[in-house]
Amino acid sequence: MTDAAVYAVNPDQQARTRLSGRQICKSFGSAQVLFDVSIDLKAGEVHALLGENGAGKSTLVKILSGYHQPTSGALILDDAPVAFEGSEVGENHGVILIHQELNLAEQLTVEENIFLGREIKRGWFLDKATMRQEAAKLLDQLQCDVDPRTRIRDLSVSDRQMVEIAKALSKKADILILDEPTAVLTGREVDILFDQIRRLRDQGVAILYISHKLDEIKAIADRVTVLRDGRHITTEPVAGLEKDDMARLMVGRDIKQMFPDRTPGHAGDIALSVRNLSVDGQVRDASFDLRRGEVLGFAGIVGAGRTALMEAIIGLRERSSGQIERNGNRVVINSLQDAKTCGIAYLTKDRKGSGLLLNMDMRPNLTLLALEKFGRVIIDRKAEEAALEAAIEAFDIRAADRKSKVGDFSGGNQQKLLLAKVMETDPDIVIIDEPTRGIDIGTKSQIYHFIGDLTNRGKSVILLSSEMPEMLGLSDRIAVMAAGCITGILEGNDRNEHEIMRHATGISGKQGVSVHE
Amino acid sequence: MNSLERTERTASGGFSIDFKALGPFLALVALFVLGTAINEAFLSGGNLANIFTRAAFIGIIAVGATFVITAGGIDLSVGSMAAFISGAMIVVMNTLVATLGAGIETVLIGVLLSIVLGVGAGAINGLVSTRGKIEAFIVTLGTMGIYRSLVTYMADGGTLSLDFEMRGVYRPVYYGDVLGIPVPVIVFFAVAVAGYVLLNMTPFGRKCFAIGSNEQVARYSAIHVDRVKTLTYVIQGLCVSIATIIYVPRLGSASSSTGVLWELEAIAAVIIGGTMLKGGYGRIWGTVVGAIMLTTIGNILNLTDAISNYLNGAVQGLIIIVAVFLQRGDWRRKKSK
Repeated sequence: MTDAAVYAVNPDQQARTRLSGRQICKSFGSAQVLFDVSIDLKAGEVHALLGENGAGKSTLVKILSGYHQPTSGALILDDAPVAFEGSEVGENHGVILIHQELNLAEQLTVEENIFLGREIKRGWFLDKATMRQEAAKLLDQLQCDVDPRTRIRDLSVSDRQMVEIAKALSKKADILILDEPTAVLTGREVDILFDQIRRLRDQGVAILYISHKLDEIKAIADRVTVLRDGRHITTEPVAGLEKDDMARLMVGRDIKQMFPDRTPGHAGDIALSVRNLSVDGQVRDASFDLRRGEVLGFAGIVGAGRTALMEAIIGLRERSSGQIERNGNRVVINSLQDAKTCGIAYLTKDRKGSGLLLNMDMRPNLTLLALEKFGRVIIDRKAEEAALEAAIEAFDIRAADRKSKVGDFSGGNQQKLLLAKVMETDPDIVIIDEPTRGIDIGTKSQIYHFIGDLTNRGKSVILLSSEMPEMLGLSDRIAVMAAGCITGILEGNDRNEHEIMRHATGISGKQGVSVHE
Repeated sequence: MNSLERTERTASGGFSIDFKALGPFLALVALFVLGTAINEAFLSGGNLANIFTRAAFIGIIAVGATFVITAGGIDLSVGSMAAFISGAMIVVMNTLVATLGAGIETVLIGVLLSIVLGVGAGAINGLVSTRGKIEAFIVTLGTMGIYRSLVTYMADGGTLSLDFEMRGVYRPVYYGDVLGIPVPVIVFFAVAVAGYVLLNMTPFGRKCFAIGSNEQVARYSAIHVDRVKTLTYVIQGLCVSIATIIYVPRLGSASSSTGVLWELEAIAAVIIGGTMLKGGYGRIWGTVVGAIMLTTIGNILNLTDAISNYLNGAVQGLIIIVAVFLQRGDWRRKKSK
């Protein structure tokens, strides 16, 4: 609310609309993703763009910043129609987009990245000293203690995000668009980012902030525009909206339909038991039990060690200590092959980088993990085709042409194929890391129901997700991690957002102590 | 919906995919037509046998290279390796003539040595690059220099010659024929068939494709990436050794200039054949055709006075660039836009 007060101090800036999109439509081929969307960005205002994955947020901001051209509709900058033919034109007009995916040259240093393409020169030569000073100043504003001479490849993801933000700040943006900038940031970094956003806003910069995190929108935004399935739903002041209102506007239907009915108390014997597992520098003394037929959620902020713990369980990461039991028997898992033998399967969150072979069609992708099932000497193509047929049916994979490359599929179909690939090994325990990242809402719901089906068939699921509704809607119990430790395993009425956040931030729960009784 | 649309677009490009698969064959047919037009002697049985026999060396090595490249690697050491193995075979066989005499046994020991050396050299390339986490380009550049200088050292800067009597015994492996088909051509064909089966029909081949496409995905698919990659270098080494076994009786000698630039010809044959240099896609029959094409170009230049035979390398180089350009298919897409 204090923000609103600051904002009211600059009434002259309030009315000035800097950049507008008018009746913007966008189609990719025959698929229309935006329908008559209009939006106004005003100087000295933080405007939030809210919507589920696949609602068209990223497409809209790419049009506003010149990365995409609208199929129809117009852009108006300071009351005059403009066409941004390419992002450079947009940037020349002061419109800067910070992408959801980071765009940094990994082999170059922080300072080289910040001034990439706009190097400060003295005569014919680079003025490295000045660039280093400027870079240090920018990073200092962001309270980011990264040395400007560090190479990007040596930075953590959240530091990279901060560099990306520093780079945008250095471009003297008049209109700054941030596409889900906090996805990889820690809580403290989010606070710093918000301070910077407020500072820029007070300087009269028009800011468009994209997120599907309602807390953030409440905290930072003055007005919010909601998109759903490519359509403009509403634009309202944030002050008059509760989080529940925003969720309803965003989803457009009761969120409970999204999830399968979970009959509580049907969980059976202990299928997997992890004791005192540690990974150097990433996981400390983690213990938990997984029962047959249950979904055990793992919540925590990015960097809490969830993925590291799971990769250590399946043998992709070295354990420094710890034991694993399957159905009460001690097992040794030192490779993914061992995990497979133990009936444990892992769905990576990075389906493009480590999940699927994007340059190949579905068949080799589907059978890759369970290849020995299709012949040890010669691969049985007929069996592969039959398996593909069955998988397409079971997981509702929609591809017009089976020979087309998986890289051309939508995220939803890729995710379904990845799920099918992992299920080819017929695992008893499925570890799913971010099952619905970048997937449209309909497919999301389908995937939730697949997960429900798995547990109904007596299989156990470990769910890692940064999306709270998904975590709450699917999990029977929720283990929360903070700084490499399991700080609590929440059951029953404790399974709520508030308790999760308390444990994830280390307010509640025991640090570094196994909470398993 | 988005995916449907994109799929259609790829499907409509189906013609270019066919073109990609058939391209090398069509180019080879065109070369044969050209050759016949230039000189009718081109199509004579003797000349064709000559082309295929000579193509066999590069072709066999290139079949091995197809595995390495498909799995995302590269082996620059094959030419030097061939020279080194030739030299070692000659030295050992010459020594054995004194005790075992110039007989089949001596040849068999030479052959065995060749296989051991080839497999060993391949394993070294594979293990050093995977275990040592050094780029294959660097490792094989290093071993290329090592093998080359080893053969120079063994020959004391000159030429190693096979014992005269031994040449007579060993001779049929290159000059002999079965039902009129030269032995090297039969070996070439057998290696190609075995390579095709291994690459396209077995789990090992599938894993090569997967690793070349994306190592990370392969790792997350429970594939022992290092093991498979090392095996591709071992297969490469084995192919070099087979090529060397039929090469040694041809001239009966080895020197520091044996097998020079073979690595480039082998890689060229693989690439002309449609295998992707960055890995993830390989085609054995394309490689076979590529090797035959390269030899045919040289042969045609020999039959004509229009272009000097000394420009053989230039013509080959041009063909490689054009072949890759055509296969990329971008030119087609641009036209349709």
